[in-house]
Amino acid sequence: MTGFFQTAMRNRSFATGFVITAMVVLMAAVSFLWTPYDVTDLDISAKLKAPGWSHWFGTDHFGRDIFSMIMVGARNSIAVALVAVIIGVGIGVPVGCWASARGGLLDEALMRGNDVIFAFPALLSAVMITAIFGPGAINAIIAIGIFNIPVFARLARGAALSLWPRDFIMAARAAGKNKTRITIEHIVPNMANLLIVQATIAFALGIIQEAGLAYVGLGTQPPLPSWGKMLNEAQTMMSFAPHMAIIPGLAIVITVVGLNLLGDGLRDVLDPRLVRKRD
Amino acid sequence: MIMFLIRKILWATATLAVASVLVFATLEIIPGDPAQVMLGINATDEAIAALRQDLGLNKPVLERYFSWIFGMLQGDFGNSYTYSVPVNELVADRITISLPLALLSLLLSTVIAIPLGLYSASRRGSLADTSIMALSQVGIAIPNFWLALLLVYFLAIWLQLVPAGGFPGWDAGFVVALKSLLLPTISLALPQAAILSRITRSALLETLGEDYIRTARAKGLSTGATIWKHGMRNAMIPVLTILGLQFAYLLAGTIIIENVFYLPGLGRLVFQAISLRDLIVVESVVMMLVATIIVINLIVDLAYLWVDPRLRHRSA
Repeated sequence: MTGFFQTAMRNRSFATGFVITAMVVLMAAVSFLWTPYDVTDLDISAKLKAPGWSHWFGTDHFGRDIFSMIMVGARNSIAVALVAVIIGVGIGVPVGCWASARGGLLDEALMRGNDVIFAFPALLSAVMITAIFGPGAINAIIAIGIFNIPVFARLARGAALSLWPRDFIMAARAAGKNKTRITIEHIVPNMANLLIVQATIAFALGIIQEAGLAYVGLGTQPPLPSWGKMLNEAQTMMSFAPHMAIIPGLAIVITVVGLNLLGDGLRDVLDPRLVRKRD
Repeated sequence: MIMFLIRKILWATATLAVASVLVFATLEIIPGDPAQVMLGINATDEAIAALRQDLGLNKPVLERYFSWIFGMLQGDFGNSYTYSVPVNELVADRITISLPLALLSLLLSTVIAIPLGLYSASRRGSLADTSIMALSQVGIAIPNFWLALLLVYFLAIWLQLVPAGGFPGWDAGFVVALKSLLLPTISLALPQAAILSRITRSALLETLGEDYIRTARAKGLSTGATIWKHGMRNAMIPVLTILGLQFAYLLAGTIIIENVFYLPGLGRLVFQAISLRDLIVVESVVMMLVATIIVINLIVDLAYLWVDPRLRHRSA
């Protein structure tokens, strides 16, 4: 593992992405123990302060410290995006593997079911779910997670289909293993690389989607800060407090760039054959 | 080819049917009585009973589903509870903003991304290529509504070149109306252009590695002519797929962007409907958007036939 990490860090995309992602995760982790100010602390006398020494990123219209809100918001973004990826992998991969192992009508039916889900962008599912159950972080997770399912199902099916005719799978079948065991012991480990890369990309997308849902009020609800909601609150104050809009946006962009670089890097490191082809 | 066409159309129809059941069922599983939900907790029993009658909630589920479907097929989306007008009137009014917005964004994104992607691929490894790809890496990460806020700040508040929001209506004059769609269009288009340029670049690079490209070069064709005549067309398949997907995203994306710019389009309608608990409007607009996405995907599938003649001769 250390050997892999050392090789990986020589890849520029991976190294940059890893450092950025690690910093965001660290920031979120630290926020559980310490933030410069309490994010629920309203200090009207210190409202709308520009970035400076006492408040690194300034304060918002309630006098809340924006740096602290970014830290706690990171926690929220990561949690939503991560659980959404877990839903996608947890349901999508078994469905894709099952479809490829059984083939025939079941395969066709499962993949067509995927097409149906694909017609519901996360935003639309979120709209429907919110219309019924009301807004909240859990509903945002479900909406983004549902959208992740077909992505992973397609990927897993495609990868599994290319693995089934391989010699080592044949050998496993000849040894008397059934399809379920082969899938768990041989198919899934061999597509792990692809899944890890896709998971990183889905994670990055999830962060943007969560911010979007929170921005329109369908995501995390007050008083918990979230990057998307901070942008929503900033909108009416753009003309006199632009830092309120610029900082949370930068937090999103930096995090997503970090994750995308990490994904690109991982792809190159995990599959050296691709490096020459891609660049 | 005919088989391919029929198969695709049948699948699209089936997908539509399943999607409609999903949308319908989601509103069926609503906890409690939809009429109660729509009217709020202070509603009287008589008001709830009247609305139940109005919505046809006393009829069996299947009957309601089919009357909803057949109604929509005939352009009857039911009545909005809060606006007291037919939903299709509301939609017809709002779509004159959302659809042009989505189409303009798609156009802008394509016009920017495809030339950039092609240029990048043809100058692979050059400074221009690296810069374009670095820029697109950042572009992908920018949420469109944040870009929208920045554009409003710099172009509308600072430089006062364009309105910060609102829509005067197409009656106010084509140019005036178009001007208020300018920032929303750019905000939607640029992040999509970043993705599209990367796809175009990698698709062209993939095809440029093929044998027939070497043959074309060997027979003396110039780089430009090779890319134009042989590379482009073959690289178009993945690009088309992404274009189809992007239109779906743009259409859904208008929901958020319309809220940034206070544009009275479908997106605003949906959000107002959510806060007013006007479920009929939510149901109809979601179904319409989903149907559009399915139809677009069908069109993309059919466009493959046009781009790739090999597919025309395959039976299924």
